[in-house]
Amino acid sequence: MGGKSTPTAKSPGKESNIKTGAQIVVDTLVDLGVDTMFGYLGGVVLPLFDRLYDAPFNFIIPRHEQGGCHMADAYARVTGKPGVVIATSGPGACNLITGLATAMMDSVPLVAFTGQVRTDLIGNDAFQEADTTGITRPITKHNCIVKDVKDLARTIREAFHIATTGRPGPVLIDLPVDVEVSQCDMSKVSQEIDLPGYRLKHRGHARQITNAAKAINKSDRPVLYVGGGVIAADAAQELRALVEKAHLPVSMTLMGLGAFDQTRPESLDMLGMHGSAYANYAIQECDLLVAIGSRFDDRVTGKVKAFAPQAKILHIDIDPSSISKNVNVDIPVVGDAKDILPRITELLEYRERKEWFEKIANWKKQFPLRYDPGDKVIKPQYVIERLWEATGGNAIVTTGVGQNQMWAAQFYKFHKPRHFISSGGLGTMGYGLPAAIGAQVGQPEAVVVDIDGDSSFNMTMTELSTAVQYELPIKVVILNNGYMGMVRQWQELFYNKRYSQSCLKNPEFAAVAEAMGAVGISVDKPQDVDKAIKQMLSQKRPCVVDFKVAREENVWPMVPAGKSLHEMDGLDIMESMA
Amino acid sequence: MKHIISALVENKPGVLAHVAGMFAARAFNIDSLAVGRTETEDLSRMTIVVIGDDRVVEQVRKQLAKLVPVVKVQDFVGKPVVARDLMLVTIACPPEKRPEVFSLIEMFKGKVVDISTRHIMVEVSGPEEKIEGFINVCRPYGIKNVARTGTIAMTRQ
Ligand SMILES: Cc1cc2nc3c(=O)[nH]c(=O)nc-3n(C[C@H](O)[C@H](O)[C@H](O)COP(=O)(O)OP(=O)(O)OC[C@H]3O[C@@H](n4cnc5c(N)ncnc54)[C@H](O)[C@@H]3O)c2cc1C
Ligand SMILES: Cc1ncc(C[n+]2csc(CCOP(=O)(O)OP(=O)(O)O)c2C)c(N)n1
Ligand SMILES: [Mg+2]
Repeated sequence: MGGKSTPTAKSPGKESNIKTGAQIVVDTLVDLGVDTMFGYLGGVVLPLFDRLYDAPFNFIIPRHEQGGCHMADAYARVTGKPGVVIATSGPGACNLITGLATAMMDSVPLVAFTGQVRTDLIGNDAFQEADTTGITRPITKHNCIVKDVKDLARTIREAFHIATTGRPGPVLIDLPVDVEVSQCDMSKVSQEIDLPGYRLKHRGHARQITNAAKAINKSDRPVLYVGGGVIAADAAQELRALVEKAHLPVSMTLMGLGAFDQTRPESLDMLGMHGSAYANYAIQECDLLVAIGSRFDDRVTGKVKAFAPQAKILHIDIDPSSISKNVNVDIPVVGDAKDILPRITELLEYRERKEWFEKIANWKKQFPLRYDPGDKVIKPQYVIERLWEATGGNAIVTTGVGQNQMWAAQFYKFHKPRHFISSGGLGTMGYGLPAAIGAQVGQPEAVVVDIDGDSSFNMTMTELSTAVQYELPIKVVILNNGYMGMVRQWQELFYNKRYSQSCLKNPEFAAVAEAMGAVGISVDKPQDVDKAIKQMLSQKRPCVVDFKVAREENVWPMVPAGKSLHEMDGLDIMESMA
Repeated sequence: MKHIISALVENKPGVLAHVAGMFAARAFNIDSLAVGRTETEDLSRMTIVVIGDDRVVEQVRKQLAKLVPVVKVQDFVGKPVVARDLMLVTIACPPEKRPEVFSLIEMFKGKVVDISTRHIMVEVSGPEEKIEGFINVCRPYGIKNVARTGTIAMTRQ
C-alpha cells in the first residue's frame, strides 16, 4: 500500500493533494461543517484518532460506546445537525447497536464511523473482527464498508447526505485500518455524490395538496395528529400558521411534542396509549384525521381496525412507505412538511366549528390530566409540575423509559420543538442521561434536565463522569419509585400484582453522584421538592436529585394493548381525584 | 396473489444482502429471486416473485425503493409481460423408457443436455406453469434433481 508516490517525491504544489484515509476523514468532516464528535478509542481507529489529536473538533469521550451514540443522537435532535460518533471494531461497534437502533426508530440523522480489521483479514475471524455492516444493516438507514481509499471522501459525503435528507436516519461507515493509513491523490478522485438509487421527493403533488385543503375546509370535526416529522422538517411555524388560519384542534405523538405550543387552546396534548382522554376521544369522533409526519405506531392507534372509525384519513409524510402501512390512507400527500404545510394553508378557510370545539372543551373539563397530590409522599407528577414552573417550561427535557417518560410527556407542557428528547420507537432505557449530555453539548446555554426512572438511570449512570469531565451542568431528576414502575404497573393490572423481578436494590444515587464529582441531593418530603429543584437549577456542576416518590403510582389514562383509543382505563380514578 | 417485482439495483457488493435482509426483517415472503447483469455495466436486475395481498405487495415495492442501492422498482402485475423460468431436471430414464420420455420432452420444447444409461438431464424453459407441468408429467418416471433459476420477466414494448 502507498509507497508508490510519497509526498516528497512529488512537486511541492501537489503535496497537499496526497492524503491518508484518516486525513480525508478529518478534512471531509471539517468541510461538511462538523464541529462536534463523540467516540471511543481502539486498535483499528488509532490512525484516525492520531489525526484527531490536532483537528478542530469538540471531542467527547463517553464511558461506553452506547452512551456516545445516544449523545450524538441527542445532539442531533436538539440542534437539527447530524450527530457523529466513532467506535473501534468488534466490541466497540457492537456497543453502538442499541444507539443506532434507537436513532433508526426515531429517524435521527447520525453518521457512525467504525474501525474494521485490515481488508486482507476480513472474514478470517481476526482479532476484534465483527461483521459490522452485516450486524447493523437492519438498524441503519444505510451502511457500507470502504475498501478503497479513493472512495472514502465521496462515501462520507454520501453518508451525510443520506443521513440528513428525506426521512433522516443513521448511516454507518465501516473503515478498515489499512484504508485509514493508505494514501490517495485527491486531485485524481471525484468527491461528487453518486447515488442513482436515492431519490428524494421533497415537493408535494399540487393536486394532492388541493385535495387535502378541500377535505380540511369541508370537515366539521377535523383533528390533527402531529408527529416527529414536523420537528424533523423544522416546520413548527408552518404548522402553527395552518392551525391558526383554519382553526383546528391539534394532538401530538410522543415524538411530536413541542411541534405545537401545548399552552395554546387548540392543543389536545398527546394522543395514544397514555395520551389525554380529550385527544383520544377527539380521534375516535373526528370526521377527518390529518396525520402530519406521524407513522400510525401501535402505541398511538390501539386496535387498528377501530382507530378513528368515522374519519377520512389524510396523511402528509416524506416517506412513501409510511403511507398506508398500518392504516389505509384516503388522501396521501408525499413530501416535506415544510413545503406542503404552507401550500395547504394558502387554500384553507377559517371555520368556527363551534359544536366540535365545545365538545372538545367538555372533554377537557371532564377529563383533565390529573393526579392525587397527597401530602405525605412525593408524587412523581408533582415533581414534574414544579420543575415546569421553575424552568418556565423552557428546559430541554430528556427521559428514561417507562412511567417517568410518560409523566414527563403528560405534565411538562412543551411550547417549542426540539425540547422533548426521548426514545419513543425503541423505548431504550438508559437513554436519558447520555441524551442529556449530548443535548447540553449541542445547546450549551440551555437548561437540560433528564427526567429519569431509577432502573433506567442504573443502565447508563456511568456517563455521569463524562458530564463531570466536560463540565456540563446537566440536571438529573430521578423519579425513584424503587421499581421498574411501568413493568410493575402492567404486572399490577394484567398479572395479578405478581411483581416478578421488577424491583431492584438501588444504590444511594446522591452518594454515587458525589463520588463521581457531581452534586447529589436526596429528597423524600413533598415540602422539600421546590427547594431541591431550586438548588439543582443553580448548580454549575452536573447535579442529580434523587426524588423518593410514591412507589406504586400508575400512569393514567391507559389504553390497554389491543383496545381502541376510547376504551381507556383509569378515567374513573382520575375523576375521583377531582 | 402472485406479483412479479423487477428491481434495478446498483451492481455493488452487499446489495443482495440489503435486499434479502429487508425481506427477512419485514417478514415478506419471497417465492423466487433471480439476479443477473443488465445492458448497463453498473446495474443488475433482480426479479422477485412475492405472494401477498395488495397492501403487502405495495409495502414490498415501497420498502425496496427505499433501499439506497435500489435504483428502480416495478410491479408487473396487470402489465403485459413475458415471464420465464429455466429448469434443469434429471429424470430416471432407462433405455426402454426413452421413446415416451423423449416425446414428452418434445411436447414441452425441452432439450436433452446429458444422458447416461439410467438417467437423462433435460433443460426446459418457459412460463412457470409449463415448468410445473413438465415436472408433473415426469414425476411417474422418478425425478432425481431439480435446479431452477426462478422467474425473470420483462414487459412487452
Ligand atoms: C413506554 C412507551 C409508551 C409510549 N406511549 C405512547 C403514547 O401514548 N402516545 C404516543 O404518541 N407515543 C407513545 N410512545 C411512542 C411510540 O412508540 C412512537 O415512538 C411514536 O408514537 C411515534 O411517533 P411519530 O408517529 O410522531 O413518528 P416518528 O417516529 O417521529 O416518525 C416520524 C414520521 O415523520 C416522517 N417525516 C420525517 N421527516 C419528515 C418531513 N420532513 N416531512 C414530512 N414527514 C416527515 C417520517 O417518515 C415518519 O413517518 C410510547 C413509547 C414508549 C417507550
Ligand atoms: C433496555 C430496556 N430494557 C427493558 C425495557 C423494558 N422496560 C420498559 S419500562 C421498564 C421499567 C423502567 O423502570 P424505571 O426506569 O425505574 O422507570 P419507571 O417506570 O419506574 O418510571 C422496563 C424494564 C426497556 N424499555 N429497555
Ligand atoms: Mg422506577
